[in-house]
Amino acid sequence: MLRALIVTTAGINCDQELAEAFQLVGAEPHFLHLKTLLAKPKRIEQFELIGLPGGFSYGDAVAAGRIAAQLMRRELYPAFVKAVERGVPIIAPCNGFQIAVQMGLLPGPATGEPWPSVAPQPIVALGDNQSARIIDKWVEVQVPSQTRCVWTAGLSADSHLQLLPIAHGEGRFMATSPSVVQGLESAGQIAIRYADHDNPNGSTDNIAGICDASGLVLGLMPHPERYTVWEHHPTWTRLPQSIRRSQPFGIQMFEKAAEHARSAAVL
Amino acid sequence: MTEVVYRVEVRPRSSSGDARGEAVYRQVSSSSPECVPQQINTASVFLVQGALTTAQMQRIADEILADPVTEVATLFAPGDSAASESVNEDEHATVSEIEVHPLPGVMDPDAQAVELAIASLLDQGVAVRTGRRFELVGLSETEAHSIAVRCLANPVIHAVHTHRYHPEIFASGAPYELAVNHVAISTLDEQSLLALSREAHLFLSLDEMKAIQQAYKQRGIEPREIELETLAQTWSEHCVHKTLKSIVRYEGAMPGTKVRPGHTIEDDGAIVIDNLLKSTVAAATHELIDEGIDWCLSVFVDNAGIIAFDEDHGVCFKVETHNHPSALEPYGGAATGIGGCIRDIIGTGLAAKPIAATDVFCVAPPDTQDVPAGCLPPRRILEQVVGGVRDYGNRMGIPTLNGTVWFDQNYVGNPLVFCGCVGVMPRDRCEGDAQLGDHIIALGGRTGRDGIHGATFSSAELTDSHADEFSHAVQIGNAVTEKQVLDAILEARDNPSEQGGCLFSAITDCGAGGFSSAVGEMGELIGATVDLERAPLKYDGLTPTEIWISEAQERMVLAVPKKNLARLQEICDANDVEMCDLGVFGNQNRELILRYHNTEVGRLSMQLLHEGIPNTVRHASWSKKEEEVSGTAFRQPDHLVDDLRTLLSDLNVASKQWIIRQYDHEVQGRSVVKPLVGPDGNGPSDAAVIRPVAGSDRGLAIANGLAVGWSKDPYMMALAGIDECVRNLVCVGADPARIAILDNFCWPSCDESETMGSLVHAAWGCYDASKAYRTPFISGKDSLHNQFTTEDGRTIRIPATLLISGFSLVQDVTSCVTMDAKRAGHCLIIVGQTTTQMGGSRALARWPDAWADTSIPEVDLKQGPATAHAVSTLITSGVVHAAHDCSDGGLLVAAAEMAFAGDIGLRLDVSDLPIEGTPSLHERLFAENPSRYLLEVAQEDLDRVQTHLGDLPWAVIGNFDETTALSLSDISFNVELKELRSAWLAPLEW
Repeated sequence: MLRALIVTTAGINCDQELAEAFQLVGAEPHFLHLKTLLAKPKRIEQFELIGLPGGFSYGDAVAAGRIAAQLMRRELYPAFVKAVERGVPIIAPCNGFQIAVQMGLLPGPATGEPWPSVAPQPIVALGDNQSARIIDKWVEVQVPSQTRCVWTAGLSADSHLQLLPIAHGEGRFMATSPSVVQGLESAGQIAIRYADHDNPNGSTDNIAGICDASGLVLGLMPHPERYTVWEHHPTWTRLPQSIRRSQPFGIQMFEKAAEHARSAAVL
Repeated sequence: MTEVVYRVEVRPRSSSGDARGEAVYRQVSSSSPECVPQQINTASVFLVQGALTTAQMQRIADEILADPVTEVATLFAPGDSAASESVNEDEHATVSEIEVHPLPGVMDPDAQAVELAIASLLDQGVAVRTGRRFELVGLSETEAHSIAVRCLANPVIHAVHTHRYHPEIFASGAPYELAVNHVAISTLDEQSLLALSREAHLFLSLDEMKAIQQAYKQRGIEPREIELETLAQTWSEHCVHKTLKSIVRYEGAMPGTKVRPGHTIEDDGAIVIDNLLKSTVAAATHELIDEGIDWCLSVFVDNAGIIAFDEDHGVCFKVETHNHPSALEPYGGAATGIGGCIRDIIGTGLAAKPIAATDVFCVAPPDTQDVPAGCLPPRRILEQVVGGVRDYGNRMGIPTLNGTVWFDQNYVGNPLVFCGCVGVMPRDRCEGDAQLGDHIIALGGRTGRDGIHGATFSSAELTDSHADEFSHAVQIGNAVTEKQVLDAILEARDNPSEQGGCLFSAITDCGAGGFSSAVGEMGELIGATVDLERAPLKYDGLTPTEIWISEAQERMVLAVPKKNLARLQEICDANDVEMCDLGVFGNQNRELILRYHNTEVGRLSMQLLHEGIPNTVRHASWSKKEEEVSGTAFRQPDHLVDDLRTLLSDLNVASKQWIIRQYDHEVQGRSVVKPLVGPDGNGPSDAAVIRPVAGSDRGLAIANGLAVGWSKDPYMMALAGIDECVRNLVCVGADPARIAILDNFCWPSCDESETMGSLVHAAWGCYDASKAYRTPFISGKDSLHNQFTTEDGRTIRIPATLLISGFSLVQDVTSCVTMDAKRAGHCLIIVGQTTTQMGGSRALARWPDAWADTSIPEVDLKQGPATAHAVSTLITSGVVHAAHDCSDGGLLVAAAEMAFAGDIGLRLDVSDLPIEGTPSLHERLFAENPSRYLLEVAQEDLDRVQTHLGDLPWAVIGNFDETTALSLSDISFNVELKELRSAWLAPLEW
C-alpha cells in the first residue's frame, strides 16, 4: 500500500481532510510533526506520496507560511528535493503552497536543470488578496491543456462541476517579473487556473496553482481535499442522481497522483 | 556584546500595491467620512532586541521579515529612527504618522513566532515586539490621532505613537517578593463590606459579604486576600448562576402550563419557585428523560451537554457569551469568547474534538448617531467581533457555519457576543472525575496579568468608566497555542490501551476565574493542594493571587495519575506544548490549600467555597402591560414592491454574507449543507449540516432561534425561539425527534422585580416548549446585568434576549434539502396558519402605525410540534425539493429568498392562504406567525403532501415559472429577482 506523509506543525489544521483524501485513493496516511522531521529528515524516504496541508502555520506570523518555511529551508529542503528526485508526488494546498514557495520548492529549477543544493530565494509569492480580506467560496477552475503536472494534467469536467473551494487571505499569485510567468507557462508549469470570471484574489494570469518542472510538486491555493464526495459540491442538491456515477473533481487529482506513484513504484 | 533594539519596517513594493492600506482607507472613510486622508500607506513594524550585529539583523530582515518578491524591509539601527522622515511622492502633502503597538504585557502572538524563526536562523535567542504603522497623507497630526483612536487602535490594549517608535530597551517586570495580606473584615459594618466588595472588584452582594464575614468570625481569623478573591470568583454570577438558581417569589399571572415542578402557591397567591433553573429548563430535560428519551448522555453537569450520535460517538454543544469584554475590546473579546467556548468542548467529558463553531451578535445599527461616551461605535464593534471570531476560528481550523446578527438600538452600550462550539467524542470518553492523588497538570499558554477579574467584571453592569477600570480584564488570544494544546490532548486521550489508555482522569478548561475556578471545581469533592510558583509566567512580578485568578488564555487543567506523567510529557514535548505540575488533588479535610514556595498563602474549605453561598429569595413580578395603540394608516398594495425591497434591506433580514464569507466554513472537509446555498451562493441556509464521523452518511444539523422582536412578551419569545430553531433544523432534513437545544439568557439587571419577572416568564416558556417539542435542553448559560450607565446617569437596558441553539441528527445526509428553488413548474406550498397579528414583525418595526393588530402571535404548542414532524416526514419521503423557514420579514420575504437563491421565477397567489381572522393582503405577506414552512414540491406529488399533512393547515400559494421575476396574481406586482437580490445583499456588503 502507498504510504502518504502528512507534515503537521503548530497551526496546521487541514491535515485530517488531506489524510482522508489520500485514504480514499488507497494510500495510508502517516502524520509527522515538523519537529520530528527536523530531527530525522531521513524519515521522508519512507513515503511514496507527500502532503503539506493547509492551515495557519505559526499563526501565519509576518506572512502566511513564512515562519514554517524558515524553519524548513535549511534542514528539510534537501530532503524534499531528494523525494522529488525519487519521483514522489507532493501536494501543497493553501498554506502548504505558501510554505513550498518560500522554502524554495516551487517553482524549482528550469527543465533539465538540477535542483540547487541550498534553498533558492523565492521568485514567486502569494500576497494579500486584492480585497485584503479572507474569502471562503467555491470558484471555477481550469486545467491548462499543456500542463505537465501529474496531479492535474488531462483532467476535465463540465464547468459547473470543475470547481474547488478556496479559503484564504493571502493567495494572490505574483512573480518577480512577467518573464517568470511566461517561463512557467511555456514549461507547462501552470497546473491550474481560476476561470477568467472567477479570479478571487487578483492573481496574475488567473494562476491558482503551479508545479515544478517535473510536474510532481503541486502547490495551489484551492483545496481539492475538500471536494472528494458529492455532498461537498456547493449545489449538490441541484445535481442529478446520475452524477454519482462519476468522481468529484477534487478526488480525481489524488487518483492521478496515486496512479503515478504506483506506476513509477517510487520505492 | 550588549543587547540593543533594532527596528525594521516592512512595506509593499510599489509594484505589488498596498491592499492592506487600501482596506484601512475604506474602513476609515466609512467610519469618519468627515475627515478622510488622501491616501493611507501601511507598514509592519518589528522591534528586535538582542546581542546582534547589524549584518545579522539585516539577514533577519531579508530572510524572515520581508518577502523578496512583494516587499522591502528598511532597517533602523539603535538611534536611527528619530532622524528619518516619512516618504511620500507628493512632496506638498502633509504626512501624519501613526504607530500602533501592543501595550506591555498584552499578548503578541506574531512576536513569539518570529522569535522562534530567528532562533532557527541564527541559533540565538532574541526578544521581538510587533506593531503597525500608518502614514495618513493630507491630515494633520491631530486629525490623524483622532482617526487612530477611532478605528486603528484601542487604548485598552494599544499604545498609539505619532512618530517612529523605537525604544532603547524593552520594559520587563521585576521579580515578586512574597507578602501575605490579611483583609480585616470581622469588624466591618454593612456599608464598609459593600464598599470593600466594590473597590476590590469582588462584586459580591451584602448577603454574600456577610456570609464570608460570619464564616471567618467563627474560625476567629481574618481572610487572606487570595481567599477572598477565590470566593469572589467562585461565587460570581458568571460562574455560579446564582440568579437563575435562586428561590423566586413571583407575583402576577402565570402564562402557559398551570402545573410545573418545584412551584408552590402561597396563601397570598404568590408563586414560590425553588431554584428557577432546576424547576424549569432542567426539569423539562429530566422529565423528558423519564418519559423515555434515551439519547442524552450528559446534561447540565459538564462544560457542555452530550447526546448520542451513533453507537460509538457522542456529540456535544456549548454556547457562551462574552459580552462585557467585547464591549471594551471587541476583537480580543470575541476571539477569546470563541476560544473559551472551544476550550469548553475540549474540556467536556474526557475531551471532545471541536468540529463546528457558531456565532450570534447583537449590536446597535451601524448608523447609530447617538453613541454615549465610553461606548465604541457599533459598526466598529461589529467589524471587530467578526474579525475576532474569524481569526480565532479559522486559525483553530474549526468551521464557523451558523449564526446570525440582530440589530437593536438598545445594544449600543452593551453588545452581545454569543459563541458556540460543537464537538465529537468516543462514547466511552464522556465522563471523568479527578481521583485522589492525581496531579494537577496545566497545559498550554503561560500565565500573565491579562484577564484578571474577568469573572467578577462580567457579573457587573457596564458604566462609562469601565474601559479604564477593567482594561486588565481584556485578553488577547493565541489560537495557534490552543490548537497545539488540542492536538496534544486528543493524542493523550486516544493513547492506545496497551500503553495505558487515556492518560488523564478528568479535564476542564481555565475560563472565568482561571486556575481558581478550574482547580476549585475539579477538587470540589476531594480537595486540592496547589504550588503556585510552579505556574509558568509570561513575565516576572505576578503575585500568587494574580497567578491564581488570572484568566490568561489557552490553558487547560488535567487530573493525571502519577504513572502517566512521563508519557504525557512526551506528547506535550512532541507538540511543543508547555506542561506544568501544579500540585495534587485530594487532601485530608477536603480543603483548597494554596502555597507559594512552600509558604501557605491561602486555605479554604471546599464546603465554604461550593456550598457557602447564601441562597437569597428574589422577588419577581409581572404587571399587565398597557396595550399599545394600534395605527390606522394601513399600507396600500401599490407600495408592495417598495415595501418588499425595504424589508429585504432591513438589517435584520439582509444577507450576512459579508460575515459568512470571512469564515472558513469548509475546513475539516465535512460540510454537507453550507451556510450559503444556491447556484450563486446567495441563498441563506436555515441550518448547516456536517458529517461528524468520516465515511458515515449520518449527519448533524446545527441552527439557532432568536426572537428578540418578541422580547416584550418573554414567555412567547421563548416559545418562538424554540419553534424557530426546530423549523430551521427541520428545513434541511434533520430528525425532529432527535433535537437537543441550549439556552442563553442575556438580560438586563434582575434586581428589579419586573425584570426578574420577565426572566421567570422566559424560563417558563423554555419549560413548556421544551416539553411540547420534546427537545431537551442539555446545557445553557446566562449573562445578566447587561445594561450601560452613561456619564449623565441614564441606564440603557438591552432587550431581554434569549438565544436558543440546537443540533439534531440527520439520518442520511444524502437526503438533505436546501432552501434554493430548484425547478420551474414546481409549486410552492405553505404549511401553517397566518393571522392579523403583526407583533414582533419587521413590518411592525418598520411601519409602526400601519397595523390594526399589533399583538404578538401565539405559538401553538400542539400544532407547532405536529407541523415540524409532518414536514420532516415529507422531506424524508423525498417529495420536497426546497424548504425554507418562514420567519423574519414574513411570507413574501421568505418566498423571494427561495426564488432569487435558486434564480427561478415565482408567481404567488395568497388567496387560499390558511388564515385565522381576516388578514389583509399586507398582513398575509408580512405577518410573522410561527410554525410556518415554505416547501417546493412537484404538482404530481400534491396528493402525497395531503396524505402526510392530514388536517394541518396548508395550501399551494404559488408556482415557480420560467420568468426571472417574482409576481403576485391579481394585482400588478412584478419585480425582477436580481433587483430583490441586490436589495438584500447591499446593506451589509462592507
